[in-house]
Amino acid sequence: MAKPQNNDVLQGTLALLVLKTLARGSMHGYGITRHIQLVSKDILRVEEGSLYPALHRMEQEGWISAEWGITENNRRARYYQLTANGRKQLAEEEKNWARLAQAVAHVLQLV
Amino acid sequence: MSLFARIKGVLRRDRLDRDLDEELRSHLEMRAQDNISAGMNAGEARYDAQRRFGNTTLLKEDTRAADIISWLDTAARDLRYAIRMLRRSPGFTAVAVLTLALGVGANTALFSVVNGVLLNPLPYPHPEQLVTLSESKPNFDTGSISYPNFRDWQKDNHTFTSIAIARGYSYSLTGLGEAEQVRARFISSDFFTLLGVNPVAGRTFSQGEDEIGAAPIAMISAGLWKRKFGSSPDAVGKSLTLDGRGYTIVGVFPANFELFLRNSRAADVYVPIGQWNNPLLRERGAGLGVHGVGRLKPGVTIEQARADMDQISRNLAAAFPVTDKGISAHLIPFRDDMVGNVQPILLVLLGAVGLVLLIACVNVANLLLARSTGRTREFAIRGAMGAGRGRLIRQLLTESILLALSGGGLGLLLAQWATRAVLGVLPAELPRAAEIRLDVHVLMFTAAVSLLAGILFGLVPAFKTSHLRLHETLKESGRGSSGARHRAQGVFVVLEMAMALVLLIGAGLLIRSLAAVWSVAPGFRPDNVLTFSISLPPSMVNASPAAIRAAVRDLDDKFASTPGVQAVSLSWAALPLSGDDDEQLFWLDGQPKPSNENDMNWTLDYIVEPDYLRTMGIPLHRGRFFTPQDNEHAPLVVVVDDVFARKYFGNQDPLGKRIILNATGRKAEVVGIVGHVNQWGLDSDNTQSLRAQMYIPCMQMPDAFVAMVPSGMGVVVRSDGTAPELLNAIRRTSQQMSVDQVISGVQTMNEVISDSLAARRFSMILFGVFAALALLLSSIGIYGVISYLVGQRTHEIGIRMALGAARSDVLRLVLGHGLRMTFLGVVIGLAAALGLTRLMANMLYGVSPTDPLTFAGVALILALVALTACYIPARRAMRVDPIVALRYE
Repeated sequence: MAKPQNNDVLQGTLALLVLKTLARGSMHGYGITRHIQLVSKDILRVEEGSLYPALHRMEQEGWISAEWGITENNRRARYYQLTANGRKQLAEEEKNWARLAQAVAHVLQLV
Repeated sequence: MSLFARIKGVLRRDRLDRDLDEELRSHLEMRAQDNISAGMNAGEARYDAQRRFGNTTLLKEDTRAADIISWLDTAARDLRYAIRMLRRSPGFTAVAVLTLALGVGANTALFSVVNGVLLNPLPYPHPEQLVTLSESKPNFDTGSISYPNFRDWQKDNHTFTSIAIARGYSYSLTGLGEAEQVRARFISSDFFTLLGVNPVAGRTFSQGEDEIGAAPIAMISAGLWKRKFGSSPDAVGKSLTLDGRGYTIVGVFPANFELFLRNSRAADVYVPIGQWNNPLLRERGAGLGVHGVGRLKPGVTIEQARADMDQISRNLAAAFPVTDKGISAHLIPFRDDMVGNVQPILLVLLGAVGLVLLIACVNVANLLLARSTGRTREFAIRGAMGAGRGRLIRQLLTESILLALSGGGLGLLLAQWATRAVLGVLPAELPRAAEIRLDVHVLMFTAAVSLLAGILFGLVPAFKTSHLRLHETLKESGRGSSGARHRAQGVFVVLEMAMALVLLIGAGLLIRSLAAVWSVAPGFRPDNVLTFSISLPPSMVNASPAAIRAAVRDLDDKFASTPGVQAVSLSWAALPLSGDDDEQLFWLDGQPKPSNENDMNWTLDYIVEPDYLRTMGIPLHRGRFFTPQDNEHAPLVVVVDDVFARKYFGNQDPLGKRIILNATGRKAEVVGIVGHVNQWGLDSDNTQSLRAQMYIPCMQMPDAFVAMVPSGMGVVVRSDGTAPELLNAIRRTSQQMSVDQVISGVQTMNEVISDSLAARRFSMILFGVFAALALLLSSIGIYGVISYLVGQRTHEIGIRMALGAARSDVLRLVLGHGLRMTFLGVVIGLAAALGLTRLMANMLYGVSPTDPLTFAGVALILALVALTACYIPARRAMRVDPIVALRYE
């Protein structure tokens, strides 16, 4: 199998992506990775090794909550959903990202 | 993360694990399912899913890292690691733990004293309401309260719930086994109820039972109750024979009850004050050693009470000008009165012992620093493997706290032993000594001090060590880049030296003070002098004055003819340095009688027999001392000391002059002048206002006085020093006269002197021990650092020697380093001591707090010890073989 390109999710943006994904509705961990990969047209890939610790941390922070549910294929899975705090956090992170992206864009234009 | 979430994490660890397992499994399955849909075979699909996950265990670890469980796990791992590290270097561990144990032990021992004496609340309900009461008089701030004044205070005050008085006494107890002398106390009825102390059997005295002329009753201690009555309830109602008179026992007070009221000691028998057969009790102007205690009404401040009592004193002075003019009530909060004297001493000692702990901490910090250099590579490797700085600091702190707690545990054992030792040198008059023990507060103190010490000495090395530049360290094979650490160690040693010097100077000043006090001439020769008190058989109590005088003369003769006795004399009233004093009022013949007593002259009085001067070894300056002819039939004569002579006769010749004694109104002729003796204390006699001394022949005292003699009188005996069993011989002599004649309170005069210096000796011994500890620890400190430096610089020294440096150059190099640190430490220490010794000015005598001799001498001692400590490793450096040193790498 070909070595995948280095297109891991940028450090620090994982939370933003997860929160944004969950803003659409509750979803399980695997669904989150798939969604991000799909929406980013295979450019962004979430490593399982980072996803679950991140989910756990976000749950501890009170941004998301989790409960056991059943998938379409009748499999048990843990579903995550945004809390009110998580919504606020998402707004915050989106703003940060916009600022950052803009800053980078400025730099690129100048040089 | 919030603490709450962490705790929740602990509680649901199991569930969390299960959840996580299941969640990860479901993820894997979903991934595998998708892979199969994408065309992989089942095995491949599962393998790929697994591969993406990588190490599931690690993943789980990471996921859980935020939880307290893992925090505890880490702590346990750190602890195991720390134990392993400490066991790997037993020498280091032993030195560190011992150093800390010494520091913590000394602190715990002293704290248990401070805790018992100063911090624990008094064992009475609402102790803050209690005050002590005395009469303030021209010569005494806290003088005796007269019985009539007390009654008026009691009646007229508006600010006290109640007030009570007490006065120590000593009775012959007969009729219950062998006759013995028991300590007693006269009290007014409110005494026990005021303090809130309940009897364990029977009752306390009730109102009116303390009046003069009331029926004789007594309360006894639980100790006496047990000893004489087997703690039987029947004892209440029985009769107790005290000085030949029957007292009905009405109650028993608790065993641990002990109250310190100005000079009074724990007593076994309490008797209403009205029972005292002293005729002076009714005199408003009498000073009989009676002191008071009062309980303020709730909400009343001591200032309000003072104002109230001042008004009463003014009224009394107006009503009884002869006795009460210039006299007022003196109020002190009870706790201050009890521990006020020792508080500053204990606080200074606590400061000193705190310095010892600080030195111990610095020492251990230095050891850790030195050791951490040896571990640089270990930390660099751990750093390279991904351990963060916080993680390393945590590991090091775990080690130092483990050390501290071990040291603290050992220190507690040491403290238990040391507290007993401290109690051994405690001055007898230290209040509340019985309450000193290792209790919960002390344990908490020790734990806190140990933890704090661990963090304190662990933090600096931890930060230094964790501040590594990884690749540099690894590159340099763990030898270089420790300059910063050298500096820290140097600073530590300098600080240590400075602190040790402060303590040594403190101890030096105290030692010089004690030596100065010891060399004060007491005005008498204490060697071979024995003092005790004796009471005649109870049958003598109601005998005629003539019969009592005859019995006293007989006693005198019998003692004088006991083998080994050189001279003997009765001694009533004052006895030098013993804490017993007595005063008389007089005016000079030819002057008008002063209109009130406070305008009269005061003198200490010693009621003695002709051989007193010879017994005590007091020099006769002029005239003569008493003879047996100065008896009840002869005209009254007195002998005075030079202070008296100078003060009242100035340049005139006192011999042949007459004075009039206020107590009896009789005229007495001055027949001799003797040397001044030190009455109040070797170190404080000069500062007292009342120093004039007067001797009166015992046999010339009036009958009313003689009637009190059988219940107890003092005796002083000079032996020729050849009879070691003198006391036994005297006891035998006494027993032969009557078995009901009781000897008690035996002390040599040297013991009396030594007791009077107990508080001074106590602080000197403790300070000395602390200073010695400080010296020991700091020389270990400088030795350790120099040895370490020599070890580190072996390579360099080898090169120097290979290039032609002589051994003496090497010696100079190493010693020079030690010398610089010592010099800095001494300079800083001297400066600090200049500021700090002022705090102990009150504990010094005959030496200034900045005594140059002590400062210089102690600094020299410290420097010598430090240089010796440096010399040992320096010699090792000198013997470095360049070849070996160079090959060593």
